[in-house]
Amino acid sequence: MHIDWSALGSVFGVSLGISVALVALFTLGVAGLSKKETAQGGSAVAAATGAYVCFAACAAAVAYGISLIITK
Amino acid sequence: MEHITLLLGIVIVTALVFDFTNGFHDTANAMATTISTGALKPKVAVAMSAALNLVGAFLSVEVANTISKGLVDETGIRPEVIFAALVGAILWNLVTWLVGLPSSSSHALMGGLVGATIASAGTGAVHGDVLVGKVLLPAVAAPVVAGLAAMVATRLSYKLSGGADTKATKKGYRAGQIASAGLVSLAHGTNDAQKTMGIITLALVAGGAIAPDSNPPVWVILSAGVAIALGTFLGGWRIIRTMGRGLTDLQPQQGFAAQTSAATVILASSHIGFSLSTTHSVSGSVMGAGLGRKGGVVRWSTATRMAVAWVLTLPAAALVGALAEWVTGFGTWGTALVAVFLVASSFAIWRRSRHEVVDHNNVNDTEEPPGVVTQAIAAVTPPPAGTLTDGLTATIPAPAEPTVNPSAQSRVA
Repeated sequence: MHIDWSALGSVFGVSLGISVALVALFTLGVAGLSKKETAQGGSAVAAATGAYVCFAACAAAVAYGISLIITK
Repeated sequence: MEHITLLLGIVIVTALVFDFTNGFHDTANAMATTISTGALKPKVAVAMSAALNLVGAFLSVEVANTISKGLVDETGIRPEVIFAALVGAILWNLVTWLVGLPSSSSHALMGGLVGATIASAGTGAVHGDVLVGKVLLPAVAAPVVAGLAAMVATRLSYKLSGGADTKATKKGYRAGQIASAGLVSLAHGTNDAQKTMGIITLALVAGGAIAPDSNPPVWVILSAGVAIALGTFLGGWRIIRTMGRGLTDLQPQQGFAAQTSAATVILASSHIGFSLSTTHSVSGSVMGAGLGRKGGVVRWSTATRMAVAWVLTLPAAALVGALAEWVTGFGTWGTALVAVFLVASSFAIWRRSRHEVVDHNNVNDTEEPPGVVTQAIAAVTPPPAGTLTDGLTATIPAPAEPTVNPSAQSRVA
């Protein structure tokens, strides 16, 4: 009986890596936005920029996900 | 339209009914966490999921046929066999819906197909190694993979957000959660609506209405997409409640981590070619997110009942499928008998469900008191291990009466 362990292994690794990375990015974005409201001046701008970079990365991941569904 | 006999017509209608049950059975996968954390209003959530399911159904036809290809020997498969398989799958979906347990619709369908094929052509026609490699192993792997991913993601998320104001961040997590839930809905439409398309196409081929190796006709794609979207819109509120509330208590941050991990696992697994069941992945990720928060609880009693349902899915659907196939073997009146039995038992299950209505109004209430069937399932499962204490109320000596108190919480350190 043949079980594709390497495929299972890569599903495990890829899922773990991407989930953790995405959730971390999004958390940083959300935290950055909430920081923007409390901080002032330069640090507020930096926090907001960082947040938007994080959200853009997440949006890119979602777009990639949709393309995976469509091109299957 | 192609030449369609009465039998073929019955098979097609039954397949669409299965598609419909598939829709309302699996709404929970996409929307349970979204509804329980309040990211979307229940009605809005199911409407969004239904729309995306419909869109998903039209995106491609590649997945159609995968359900039957390889698992059973397609040559010589008769419409009656497909009919019997669908009867097994529908009844199992309805029973698990009645007791509010999420279980894989694909497993139910495969179980029905396996059972009907064995009854029709003997055990030789079922490829056992495919069964283990494509059904059993993924069922074990999915919740582990998704659960671990969600747990690590939740842990990290809480660590990173640190002392951030929860009120300010709540909105952000809700938006993220809605995006992940949308992805799961879309993926569900492309996968599960196409399974029905595959089944109907298989039946049309088996009945000689269309040539072998045909693509699904347009009306098949259309009706399958509409059936699954309708089912999704109706909303399997009982299962949504179990998944969103019964397993653990989710905060927006956890709901986001759970749904994102589930979406990732589902897409990654189907992309890499080791398909994992949506239901199993989402259940696993919800539990993982529950464990990931400090002081989070997972209700292992609910999880255990769910696991028992998963183990039973394939054999139970197979048994019903085999019985149905045996009865259809008696000819036209046998097939009619099975059809009447399906309608009657579906109606009985629906009537039973009206005794304790679960809908969009009370979907977020705490878990219902266990019904007769739930207690029966709880009685055959081992009592949950560990100290059963509840931080808010007095300590209940639950291990002494595990079946009386199946919703007891097990606090996880």
